Amino acid sequence: MGDIRLIEVKEEILADNTKLAEEVRERLRKTKTMLLNLMSSPGSGKTSLILRTAEGLKGSLRLGVIEADIDSTVDAEKVAARGIPAIQLRTGGFCHLDATMVTQGIDAMAVNEFDLVIIENVGNLVCPAEFDTGAHKNVMILSVPEGDDKPLKYPLMFSICDLLLVNKIDYLSLSDFDMAALRGRVLALNPRITILEVSCKTGAGIEGWIDWLKGEVATFKGLK
Amino acid sequence: MKGKDISMHELPIMESILKIVLKHAKMNRARKVMAIHLQVGKLSDLEDEWIQRYFDYLSKGTLAEGAKLKIERTPIMVQCHACSTSYEAEMARMGELVCPTCGEKGGTLLSGREYFIKEMEVQ
Repeated sequence: MGDIRLIEVKEEILADNTKLAEEVRERLRKTKTMLLNLMSSPGSGKTSLILRTAEGLKGSLRLGVIEADIDSTVDAEKVAARGIPAIQLRTGGFCHLDATMVTQGIDAMAVNEFDLVIIENVGNLVCPAEFDTGAHKNVMILSVPEGDDKPLKYPLMFSICDLLLVNKIDYLSLSDFDMAALRGRVLALNPRITILEVSCKTGAGIEGWIDWLKGEVATFKGLK
Repeated sequence: MKGKDISMHELPIMESILKIVLKHAKMNRARKVMAIHLQVGKLSDLEDEWIQRYFDYLSKGTLAEGAKLKIERTPIMVQCHACSTSYEAEMARMGELVCPTCGEKGGTLLSGREYFIKEMEVQ
């Protein structure tokens, strides 16, 4: 047995991913394609929101979708069935997308033909928050049945998002969900976040979401 | 449920750690990596026991096989957006931040989500 030596390493573990994510953002800035990372728990309405969004943007913005799913193509089929250009990435057991997987997605689609590409991340409030996908904007959905206490349980997710959509507000009358408490908790974590209340089922509030998207894309493209 | 709905992001993180460790081991002509000192932010949900298990699995047959991971948890630091005081926060109370100096609610996250390899012990 030889002597034990101490070596200084001083390296950030996710540095590779962060660097690649920066490259993705830069590449899409050149093609003027805004990349939006959509995150939420399973069943909170990501796919329904994408369908509503495609409807709302029809004729104004060209929308593409990158679907991530652990091991199925169910969501991509639903989206593609409506004529929305979609790429399916199978994460093969991983619970999130990272910048490498997103790069594969944008390599597979003609990104310059889109104004906006939405990544439907894997349904999960934990892991997707840890990995920079290269998106320009991060958006999350919290649905009313999940409860107003989620910011206390998953603070990182709420602190990295630019916008929070509170979905399934048609359930509000049936539940003890406290919207004011939710807003207080979320804003304490992230004072810059925008919070919008919607129902993908009834269509309530969807107009506000579409307006936000159009505004963000215009700013991104330097039109505003 | 297909039985796959579990957290698996330890794996890519551990792959990155191994890659960096092996690079430094080679640069320093080490024969064996004995221990690795990591700093992991308290906002990370990675559990020490699983970090070690995944590492053991990935490092089999490499210079780092059998290395012990020594994990230091670094605090969650928040800066008040009213008076700029920096203070430590707890994971469980992140949604109810109150500045200890001025009482302002909420703040900006300064640190607490890092994964950093500080140093390693080699032979």
